[in-house]
Amino acid sequence: MSKLENLTISKARDLLSRGEVSAVALTEHYLAKIESSQKLNAFCLTTAELALEKAKHCDKLIKSADKGKLCGIPLAVKDIFCTKSLPTQAASKILEGFIPPYESTVTSKLWAENAILLGKLNMDEFAMGSSNETSIYGPTINPWQVASEMQPLSPGGSSGGSAAAVAADLCLASLGTDTGGSIRQPAAFNGVVGIKPTYGRCSRWGIIAFASSLDQAGPITKTVRDSAILLEIISGHDKKDSTSVANKVPNFEAALDGDMRGKKIGIPAEYRIDGTPPEIIKLWETGIELLRDSGAEIVDISLPHTKYSLPTYYVLAPAEASSNLARYDGVKYGYRATLKKGEGINELYEKTRSEGFGDEVKRRIMVGTYVLSAGFYEAYYQKALKVRSLIKKDFENVFSMGVNAILTPTTPSPAFPLGSKEDKSPVEMYLNDVFTVPANLAGLPAISIPTGTTDNGLPLGLQIIGPAWKESEVLNIAFRLEQDSGFKFKPDQWWTN
Amino acid sequence: MINKQQKEPQPQTIEGTLSTWEVVIGMEVHAQIKSDSKLFSESSTVFGNEPNTNVSLVDAAMPGMLPVLNNFCVEQAIKTGLGLKAKINLFSQFDRKNYFYPDLPQGYQISQLYHPLVGEGEVMVQMEEGSVRKVGIERIHIEQDAGKSIHDMDPNLSFIDLNRTGVGLMEIVSRPDIRSADEATAYLRKLRQILQYLGTCDGNMQEGSLRADVNVSVCHKGSYENYSQTKDFSYLGTRCEIKNMNSMRFIQQAIDFEARRQVALLEDGNQVIQETRLYDVDSGKTKSMRSKEEAHDYRYFPCPDLPALKINQELVNSIQEKLPELPDEKKTRFIEDFGITEYDAEVLTMDKGSADFFEKVLINGHEKLTANWIINELFGRLNKEGLNIGNSPISAAHLKEILSHLIKSEISSKMAKELFELVWTTKRSPSELIKEHSMKQVTDQGHIEKLVDEIINENPHQVERVASNPKILGWFVGQVMKASDGKANPKVTNELVAKKLGINL
Repeated sequence: MSKLENLTISKARDLLSRGEVSAVALTEHYLAKIESSQKLNAFCLTTAELALEKAKHCDKLIKSADKGKLCGIPLAVKDIFCTKSLPTQAASKILEGFIPPYESTVTSKLWAENAILLGKLNMDEFAMGSSNETSIYGPTINPWQVASEMQPLSPGGSSGGSAAAVAADLCLASLGTDTGGSIRQPAAFNGVVGIKPTYGRCSRWGIIAFASSLDQAGPITKTVRDSAILLEIISGHDKKDSTSVANKVPNFEAALDGDMRGKKIGIPAEYRIDGTPPEIIKLWETGIELLRDSGAEIVDISLPHTKYSLPTYYVLAPAEASSNLARYDGVKYGYRATLKKGEGINELYEKTRSEGFGDEVKRRIMVGTYVLSAGFYEAYYQKALKVRSLIKKDFENVFSMGVNAILTPTTPSPAFPLGSKEDKSPVEMYLNDVFTVPANLAGLPAISIPTGTTDNGLPLGLQIIGPAWKESEVLNIAFRLEQDSGFKFKPDQWWTN
Repeated sequence: MINKQQKEPQPQTIEGTLSTWEVVIGMEVHAQIKSDSKLFSESSTVFGNEPNTNVSLVDAAMPGMLPVLNNFCVEQAIKTGLGLKAKINLFSQFDRKNYFYPDLPQGYQISQLYHPLVGEGEVMVQMEEGSVRKVGIERIHIEQDAGKSIHDMDPNLSFIDLNRTGVGLMEIVSRPDIRSADEATAYLRKLRQILQYLGTCDGNMQEGSLRADVNVSVCHKGSYENYSQTKDFSYLGTRCEIKNMNSMRFIQQAIDFEARRQVALLEDGNQVIQETRLYDVDSGKTKSMRSKEEAHDYRYFPCPDLPALKINQELVNSIQEKLPELPDEKKTRFIEDFGITEYDAEVLTMDKGSADFFEKVLINGHEKLTANWIINELFGRLNKEGLNIGNSPISAAHLKEILSHLIKSEISSKMAKELFELVWTTKRSPSELIKEHSMKQVTDQGHIEKLVDEIINENPHQVERVASNPKILGWFVGQVMKASDGKANPKVTNELVAKKLGINL
């Protein structure tokens, strides 16, 4: 096996700085892999020329002191990040042809450290979905399969492309965004690590908005260390985003010591929900045992308002989305419907938005519009805001009692077959987010790490939720679990041409 | 002078066949915040630039763009609130008002519905015969302006200019305390005057810096008192809102028309329907724009891109300390300290520029003279030329110089007026012009006496007539003036002539 297979950022960093591999060679390696992995449909845009150009530049810099922390590291980002002079559509028809003249703050931070962009990654349209099936590009296919079935599985969503590309080793790592679990759920489905930082840790500037009070960018990586490396780089206050916070960004990588002594890990009773497969319960119990064995104290906790998280989320997120997506009207950029003679502005709006948005996006715009309407606002939106503060309070209570972090499963199931929820109620799909949504509502950092598989070999993830601004703690606990669980990252390569 | 004991003006009434109706008016004034940049972006707010040149990525609502609050605009709104004696809310919040229109790129306007920055205040409006209307301010919130749609440049296309998009506005909402069309415009003038004094809005109505939505209803005589006691709006009748008015004259006309329209409806046994109306300048009528049923559901909700606005009391205090003297206070001071008439004080404090000019020119002990010269000579001349105090060709320093010469009797009133003209046209120093044009008045007694003696000696016939006809005295004065090329001090000359001719003045 080539030494370039299954590299991590930290290993590639070493190879590059020791001159054992050039940035160009590494970039060419990934471009070739992307090329031969088109079946996965993980990338919606490949930027080969730009990548090689940047790689050449990196090779010149590699010996210099100010080469940047990610010099020569090939990455890819979700199509939701505005990338200057490169098509950015959030996997929606309505942004057809849109090329932003600006670069999102978090991606600029990557390029400032001389990371290399390989391309843009597939996702659910406007990040609305948990299966990648709402993408205008068609779904990404999960690189993991049940060997005996060979049935295409969903990579999860909405950052399905970001997780699948990392799992299939098409890039060293990627960026996704997480509004209700959109980093963590696909990370769990693809056997990779994904962290959603504290709300306000990273700038949202230049990221196409879904639900502004919940959206956060974060890395999807092969290891916890890589997540720590990337998160530190993309974090920090941005004066262009008033919701980003001016807290000091710690050295996350340096905090990875794996020392669990004196740590109190909370196990919330409310996450033991009916119908959770025994494999997931077993995974959770194994995780608990591993942490106990490593010296942590395990405590039973209660987060009593957990059961209201999903309904709260599915009021608030669509409400914000219905307003955030009003700007896609065919007037300024993106798709514009063709009008018949005599049709005017109202037809322009109706046709553009009917033709430009997919079903799930339309459904959420309608739900959001409804819950904000006169006569319903108090009953839905305002009530949801109140419940949100109760959910937040649940977490605060637990953390104030000395709990360092909370351990839960990431998802209530492993990756499911593509199309399997097509005929079912949309709520079936929404149930995927049941464990991930509370951290978004409370604005807390949460990570998903793969710690085991189902009996038939599909990856499963555990989630660690920490207090606000304690990403170091969350990463360190994940780091320990990663070491102790012995999860082997490696789907079989069935997809190469 | 504003005096709290002064009586309230009579409300405007309309005599119907069934009843006497009274007019009730409340206004929502949109005042553009004076600021170099927009409320949530760094774009310029300069009026009249090429279309779509004052537009940032945020203003154009590009995907992923976020608003960042301009703190200067917040301070301007606080200053305005303090100037209107209003409560500043230390906690306020921004809300999104959602609606689709091409000149609203975001698809929502960021405003403040639930928690406005400024609470209750008041404006005292001077009306005729010393009566004063106190207009309550309900709230002031800050919000973004929309862009401009242009529909008349092409038969098939509409154009959008986003220069105004995102410019900061203060919406100043009054209580329904305004009782006539005259009071409505007087209120707006007073508000504009205060804003201009504060420097928080330029008040330019032509450029749209000050616009008003006018709510008009009519009620039976006596009904308003019930409202005053109960605060139950149903006593005020059903209101119609006349949108987007930016001319004093049209506001007056629109209110008059609308009140009469409502009275006619009610007298005929019909109902007034609550709706939004537009004033049509050509026909002089208001026309229905949209009814309450057609009204937008704006789906207001807190803007998730902006944290709550928390203000420090220290900031409010420091703005309060630096608050300039406001028109009412200034007027009172002018009357009390300078002894000028209420009318003169009113005229001089109409705008801050005039008041400042007056105080710069002011010569101790000669306040009335200063006021007269500014009001009669300067304002008269400025009006004639279509100029204002800001671009007066005569500076305060030059006018002060002219008046100083006059007061010291170095020049006569007539000369002063001539000098005023010279300075107006040349913009040169009055003292230099006096020298150059040999304008110095002769007050030297000896010199004038010599001239008087000469004239008396040369005209014995006239001297004889003086005894029977004292008016001849004026002829002697005239001769002396002539002999002195008009430079003899007329007062001194008069006295000398009378003395020499033995006449008691």
